[in-house]
Amino acid sequence: MITKQFIILLIQSSEVTTENWITSPGVIGTIFLIFLIVFLGIFIFIKRLNSYVDLLEKNTKDLTEDEFERRLVNLEEEEVDEILALRQKGFKEDLSKKKTITAKPKNSGFIKKIINPKNPLFDEKSRSTVKIEISKELKEIVIWYLGAAVVWLIFGTLVGQYVGMKFVWPDMDNTPWLSFGRLRPVHTNTVFWGWGSMAMVGLGHYVISRTSNSEIFSYTRSKIAFWLMNAAVFIGNLSLMSGINNGGGEYREYIWPIMALFAIGLIITFFNFYKTVAKRKISEIYISNWFILAALIWTTVLTFIGYFPTYQEGLGETVIQGYYMHQGVGMWFMTFTLGLVYYFLPSSLNKPIYSYSLGVLAFWTQMLFYTLIGTHHFVFSPLPWWLQTVAIVFSAGMFIPVFAGSTNFYMTMRGSWNHISKSYVLPFFLVGVVFYFVGSVQGSFQAFRFTNYLWHFTDFNVAHSHMTMYGIITFLMWACIYTILPKITGNEPPQRFVGAHFWLAFVGLFAYMISLMVGGTLKGLSWIEGNPFIESVILMENFWVWRAVGGSLMFVSHIIFAYNFYLMIRKKKVVEISRKQTLETQIN
Amino acid sequence: MLNLHKDHKNLVLLAFSVFVTLSIGVAIMPAYQMEGYEPIPGMKDLTAQERRGLSIYIAEGCVGCHTQQVRNIEMDNTWGDRPSLASDYYYSKQRMDVWRQSPSLLGSERTGPDLTDIGSRQPSKDWHLLHLYNPRLVVEASVMPKYNWMFHISDTSYVEIGDVTLPRSITKMEGGDVIVASRDALDLVAYLKSLQQFSFEDYDPPMAFIPALPKDELTAVGGAKKTIGASLYQKNCAACHQTNGRGVKGAFPPLAGSLIVNNKNPEMLIKIILMGYDAREEYGVMPALGENLSDEDIKAITDHERSSWGNRAPEVPLEMITRLRDSIGNSKTQ
Repeated sequence: MITKQFIILLIQSSEVTTENWITSPGVIGTIFLIFLIVFLGIFIFIKRLNSYVDLLEKNTKDLTEDEFERRLVNLEEEEVDEILALRQKGFKEDLSKKKTITAKPKNSGFIKKIINPKNPLFDEKSRSTVKIEISKELKEIVIWYLGAAVVWLIFGTLVGQYVGMKFVWPDMDNTPWLSFGRLRPVHTNTVFWGWGSMAMVGLGHYVISRTSNSEIFSYTRSKIAFWLMNAAVFIGNLSLMSGINNGGGEYREYIWPIMALFAIGLIITFFNFYKTVAKRKISEIYISNWFILAALIWTTVLTFIGYFPTYQEGLGETVIQGYYMHQGVGMWFMTFTLGLVYYFLPSSLNKPIYSYSLGVLAFWTQMLFYTLIGTHHFVFSPLPWWLQTVAIVFSAGMFIPVFAGSTNFYMTMRGSWNHISKSYVLPFFLVGVVFYFVGSVQGSFQAFRFTNYLWHFTDFNVAHSHMTMYGIITFLMWACIYTILPKITGNEPPQRFVGAHFWLAFVGLFAYMISLMVGGTLKGLSWIEGNPFIESVILMENFWVWRAVGGSLMFVSHIIFAYNFYLMIRKKKVVEISRKQTLETQIN
Repeated sequence: MLNLHKDHKNLVLLAFSVFVTLSIGVAIMPAYQMEGYEPIPGMKDLTAQERRGLSIYIAEGCVGCHTQQVRNIEMDNTWGDRPSLASDYYYSKQRMDVWRQSPSLLGSERTGPDLTDIGSRQPSKDWHLLHLYNPRLVVEASVMPKYNWMFHISDTSYVEIGDVTLPRSITKMEGGDVIVASRDALDLVAYLKSLQQFSFEDYDPPMAFIPALPKDELTAVGGAKKTIGASLYQKNCAACHQTNGRGVKGAFPPLAGSLIVNNKNPEMLIKIILMGYDAREEYGVMPALGENLSDEDIKAITDHERSSWGNRAPEVPLEMITRLRDSIGNSKTQ
């Protein structure tokens, strides 16, 4: 059955190649970008494998010495005498009878065989974490935000996984509040406003405070913002599940009173950060702070424009929707995350960023180009043709900030590839940075009119959004969290768990992405050929199964991540308590 | 001058003001401009019931899978006779209430079909209700969720006048039970049936669709008549009568082995397609398709029906279709 379908698939794709769709620049570009991801995966894998092989050799040698010493020290006196006697006997016999020494290997030593007690694949590296001392309040607020982010990640992707399975088994349940239409926005909004936003703001606190060399202006305000934003996500999800939806536009599904809570949280966070930067003890404003402050302002403006009640009747709403959903990604997630990477990437490699000026260039072009391209979500729609053309032209212009950013990060990483074999922090960064390049460039390709013709409205869009929100934002968040959390809590999670997290997430994302890209392309071709619509649903069947498989891997990796997070923040507390207790017992 | 590297105030102000300026240019101004469009003369506003239906459409997140825009490209010709215009959305895209904005109807994904013209493509209320109750009863391969919470099971003796029930056999009800549609279901169906692309006779050529392939290649691809008939059947008939021609027991009659379809004289068959049919209690109402299909289309469909699924009846003469259409037209005008 499956083989038959596979053959059909092959025939279909060989048929369509004759129509030359594949030679369209957007399609070729995308295929090239996918290969880039494959090579990246192979590169990291080989690097890690190489280090394991080295480790194996090193381990064996070290263990030989260790074992020797251990046995030597533990030998009883009689045993030593016995061995000595044997050796002397061996030497004497050899001398008298002129035989070779190696004739009796039995008597040549006491270590017969070395058994490696450790599995070299899961070697624990010596812990060399440099602990960074920061104030208790800062540490607390960072952990608060990151903790909330982890909770939302688990919840949001659980919902996503459930919704993805509904494509394969549409009759899984018949509960209104679990139906696909209501849960889909719960998934997107939770990972958007819950996971991504909380993680960014949490890490932002650390960056703002460190680069300004001063404490956050007010930790009370940070906590107020924390509760406001989390309340928005919580109430928003409940309302979506009970059927209260603002209008169905992506990321604008929370009704305004709920989104207002989030916006107030943003404004409080902005002033809190701004005042911290204002009282900085260094004259220069570090580039990260440019991005972080701008992201907060831009998103506040964006939310205001998106929810303002006039000018949104008729297609006015559609213009705003295109602007809003694109900027939600570009001005909030992309801008904020870039700010974080400009700090955490150099800091994890212990060297400065490659070029400060490239960062500044990326900043201004990000603002200029990203703002203008929202309408590319509505190419061929009844929106004005000039607006669509502007969006397409500036989508191509997006190459500038993307090239500037990725070159900068790549050049910073250059020469530090050996870090890949030491820890998973650099692989996380590397995947995020490569996806930043691949996802953004692919998105620009998708805006071209032909590729839009082929891919718009298909599952390809879903693949693209996961490539960016997951491949870029989520991987970079993990990179930052694994960089900083062990340093401030003093606890590193076991490498094998971080590795499992990395590989499950990476392979899962790849399966997710490829299945929907191939399926989406075939779907688009089926539409172009004018086949009955239901055929495009039937042909997606297997691709949806593979998507669910990829999604499951991703979800499992999140559970591992949550456990790692728990390990990173837990142990410290135990140590503190025990110290306290011992002190108390001593006093008593 | 501005000293952005050291002056945080200037940096923040500049980022703020440039962004606001760009936003006004690229979002607020065009939005105001788009809002200024007027409805096409003759277009009807939604009724109160249809508006309630629209509200449910948004609450249930239908826009996540269904678009409502016919783009000006060839493949979208399936979904409407002409590309959508800004004016088409005049009535449907208005702010819903104090809490909820104007609905985002255009959508961004077609996991399910476009619904711009679903009211004319599928005018049968029975079909819509069954489809909502369980999509897989009428479209086998559908992945749409069931909306069976919009229906409740009731005893036949409690059914009041005006209640809409679903056919008992297909929904597998036993004893005196019957499935009754709730107000939500009826409102939603009323809204879906109201979705009909407003057609106006004299529209200009510039509104034509952009083809995926040059025109001459398209005709070459066309191939045998039979495939055209099959694809037209798939688009217009298969939703009820199913691809395999077996229909849905208790809702839509089978065409395989049907006496009307296999009759040597296809007059009755053509008439039913042109005028619709509601003669048999146990089945749903067949809508009239005369306005949607050309004579050639009808010939292709009937030939396909008469030569598939074991049916073997001679081809239908095109003149007969033209003649029947004319006679119906005459009787209507008289």
